[in-house]
Amino acid sequence: MNTPMHGGLGIYIHVPFCAVKCGYCSFCSFPYTSSAAAGFVDAVIRNLKHYSDKGRPVDSVYFGGGTPSLLRAGQIEDIMSELHRSFVLSENAEVTLEANPGTLSRDRINGYLSAGINRLSIGVQSLDDEELKLLGRTHSAERAVKAVYEAADCGFSNISCDIMLALPGQTTDQLDKTISGLTELPLQHISAYILKIEDGTAFFSRGVQRLLPSDELTAEMYLHMVRRLGESGFQQYEVSNFSLPGYESRHNCRYWMLEDYIGIGPSAHSCCYGRRFAVPDDIEDFTKSNAQREYITEDTPGTAEERIMLSLRLRSGLQLSMLDDEDRERIEKKLPALENAGYCVRNSDNISLTPEGFLVSNSVISYLL
Amino acid sequence: MANDKIRNFCIIAHIDHGKSTLADRILELTETVAVRDMEDQLLDNMDIERERGITIKARAVRLKYTARDGEDYIFNLIDTPGHVDFNYEVSRSLAACEGAILVVDASQGIEAQTLANTYLAIEHDLEVVPVVNKIDLPSADPERVCAEVENVIGIPAMDAPRISAKLGTNVEEVLERIVTDIPAPSGDTEKPLKALIFDSYYDPYKGVIIYVRIKEGRVRTGDNIRLMATGAVFTVVEAGFMDANSLVNNNSLEAGEVGYIAASIKSIGDTQVGDTVTNDSDPCDEPLPGYRKVNPMVFSGIYPADGAKYGDLRDALEKLQLNDASLSFEPETSVALGFGFRCGFLGLLHMEIIQERLEREYNLDLITTAPSVIYKVTMTNGEVQYIDNPTNYPDPALIQTAEEPVVKASILSPSEFVGNIMELCQDRRGTFKDMQYLDDTRVELHYELPLNEIVYDFFDVLKSRTKGYASFDYELKGYSPSKLVKLDILLNGEIVDALSFIIHADKAYGRARKIAEKLKENIPRQLFEVPIQAAIGGKIIARETVKAMRKDVLAKCYGGDITRKKKLLEKQKEGKKRMRQLGTVEVPQEAFMSVLKLDS
Repeated sequence: MNTPMHGGLGIYIHVPFCAVKCGYCSFCSFPYTSSAAAGFVDAVIRNLKHYSDKGRPVDSVYFGGGTPSLLRAGQIEDIMSELHRSFVLSENAEVTLEANPGTLSRDRINGYLSAGINRLSIGVQSLDDEELKLLGRTHSAERAVKAVYEAADCGFSNISCDIMLALPGQTTDQLDKTISGLTELPLQHISAYILKIEDGTAFFSRGVQRLLPSDELTAEMYLHMVRRLGESGFQQYEVSNFSLPGYESRHNCRYWMLEDYIGIGPSAHSCCYGRRFAVPDDIEDFTKSNAQREYITEDTPGTAEERIMLSLRLRSGLQLSMLDDEDRERIEKKLPALENAGYCVRNSDNISLTPEGFLVSNSVISYLL
Repeated sequence: MANDKIRNFCIIAHIDHGKSTLADRILELTETVAVRDMEDQLLDNMDIERERGITIKARAVRLKYTARDGEDYIFNLIDTPGHVDFNYEVSRSLAACEGAILVVDASQGIEAQTLANTYLAIEHDLEVVPVVNKIDLPSADPERVCAEVENVIGIPAMDAPRISAKLGTNVEEVLERIVTDIPAPSGDTEKPLKALIFDSYYDPYKGVIIYVRIKEGRVRTGDNIRLMATGAVFTVVEAGFMDANSLVNNNSLEAGEVGYIAASIKSIGDTQVGDTVTNDSDPCDEPLPGYRKVNPMVFSGIYPADGAKYGDLRDALEKLQLNDASLSFEPETSVALGFGFRCGFLGLLHMEIIQERLEREYNLDLITTAPSVIYKVTMTNGEVQYIDNPTNYPDPALIQTAEEPVVKASILSPSEFVGNIMELCQDRRGTFKDMQYLDDTRVELHYELPLNEIVYDFFDVLKSRTKGYASFDYELKGYSPSKLVKLDILLNGEIVDALSFIIHADKAYGRARKIAEKLKENIPRQLFEVPIQAAIGGKIIARETVKAMRKDVLAKCYGGDITRKKKLLEKQKEGKKRMRQLGTVEVPQEAFMSVLKLDS
């Protein structure tokens, strides 16, 4: 894993546009129009100026969404130019853009490359057309596969794909088809999320949660996936993330390692200047404000509770020596039971969760706290 | 008023046979309550009484009635508790009367409770006036019911008033019968004061108010009275009558009258129902017969679901005890449940009522332990112990004999359910005594049953096996030797003291299996597997396992938004608060409650 530079900074840009809102999505997004997108890009640029900081290097940039690939390459380029003006981008910075397979073309891919994007995260979700239809995705499995090949062909050497598991009615065999298909593609990283139906989504109001696989089956699928990906060289480094050695997402890791990041855009979250803060999910307010509005979500980030909760998401785990005596002693007393149950492993000063432990990580964490 | 114009009476009826409705009609006809003040069923003034349609505590009210003979009469209507748990209170209420109106439902006939209370009234030499109610119902058969009363109770009933209390039909006839059939009270006002306490309650301004029937002599404000059983002496502040809605001070009460006395009495424990009130400077020779101290028969641990509410629970129990001297409680500590109280009750209904009042009127969330009866244990060294808490059950090696309380039970039911009832009583270790037909379709069964077999759910099961038709009554018979064992429940290898109980050895296996199953259903999957075991001594007799959870909710932390994750953890913490932490096992309140209802 690339050792993150301490004192470095990450920039997250939330592009809140989607062509179609997916039924399971609870994230902030609005219908795409070219004028809304243009106004949004201008506001992002203003905010980059606002947060300008040349005192420390930016070593990861992440365009998330929504559907960032709805922005044209030129717009990404404008944002990147401002980034270079207002911040110091380190030479080997990881610059990721999330892309929907349906929006990718060779031209776009080449445009993003020349704008400075060096990592693509493609929302494949599944390689089964039935499952894609059920999820309300507009692309086909074939289209997703083609997008990965095109990205690689155009020169992307760091490609990630998102998939979902524990879909309504899904079996382990069906999931295995997607996994097998993916591992044959020229990609270096996979993010895999267990479908969770959040209150307020279309799936929720349709009662889809009743159709989800049992916890038992979901756990079986998850563990199967961890094993299968591991056999193909994709090591699990976080609850939902897998990569070939050296391709762990630096931006993703910084969240769990309590490193600073600035989030720009409606609903974006930041951890910087000794506090956590967020932006309201209001596109109009964001577009017309000179500097985005912020509200504090946490005054004192980096507490032992946060450290335990966040670092245990990573396979690299928690350094007990980072805790004070009281926390450490309490946790050490509770460890043997967790080890016996196979939820965690201890290596002298380090404890980390196993895949079985990741599945029940909330309970493990609240047990330890 | 001359004694020959006073009538003191009570109403005996089965639940739902219309006692309260009849009382309301009587109140209306005697214009004791202006019609606009009428609330349905005025005499039952506790919410729980209204909902269950039963009377828990006795009440009394004074009514004026102008009879057809043109004379004005004073009626003292003394309402009696309608449930077996309050048998003693019933007997004291009856002792304050000269007559009883027996209300029987025109379609359902006599029930076990009515029968028991009627026999009690006859024992007290009361004149019983039968009344057939609900003649407006299509299924009414007053002829059959009157014949049943004559056959079963042995009093003339063919000319009993046939009424509909609901519609007011013929209710005046009942009032006339009270005048003509029930004797006026006797008693000499010149003799030393002798008065019977038949009820009491706590008034925050006046202290304890005692309801009395003056048998001999008189009492006036300023008199010093002595309560003979406790020996306590008080100065009378008020002596008067009970209107439907208020107390009316008359400064005096005389032989034959029913009324109240207020004497700045602080503790209801001093005013025991059945005690005799006399004049401190001119006492009577001996107290009225029949007094006894009421002793709780059923015990249970009551704990606040939230340990911080222990003080609130204590305050609530103290307040309830102000009005209910038969409720006893003392602090108790459980490893599993923390601080709580061991409470003693007259019976099952009494226990349910107290629990319900604590939850409803005092807004407390409670965990209760399985009800226990009092076991009598003779140790090998000859010492006798009475055990009401399974935790205190001695080591079996030190026990010479163990005995359990046994009751005489009477069950009335349509004859078609006799098979079901016998099966149930058999299953509850009952001994069949006899059975008799009341008429062609109804039968009365007598059984001896161990009390611990009926404290759980006997009545519920009896009702469900007889489509709700059977009625049930019991009285304590005594102790009888029994093969008792203490059954412990272990979670993750640790005994949970709050779940231990004492049971007959033959029933232990079945009960143990059911409890283990119920706990398995009610303990949610958690991080670690939870073995559930039931054991007698060191021997495991039942076992279940709550498997470890495989997956909990995984929060996405998209774009570094960790607020959702934090919320989930908060939620988990909240959830934990509602759980009892026993070692590594988290046990929800429902799990403790589920073992109390094994057959439902």
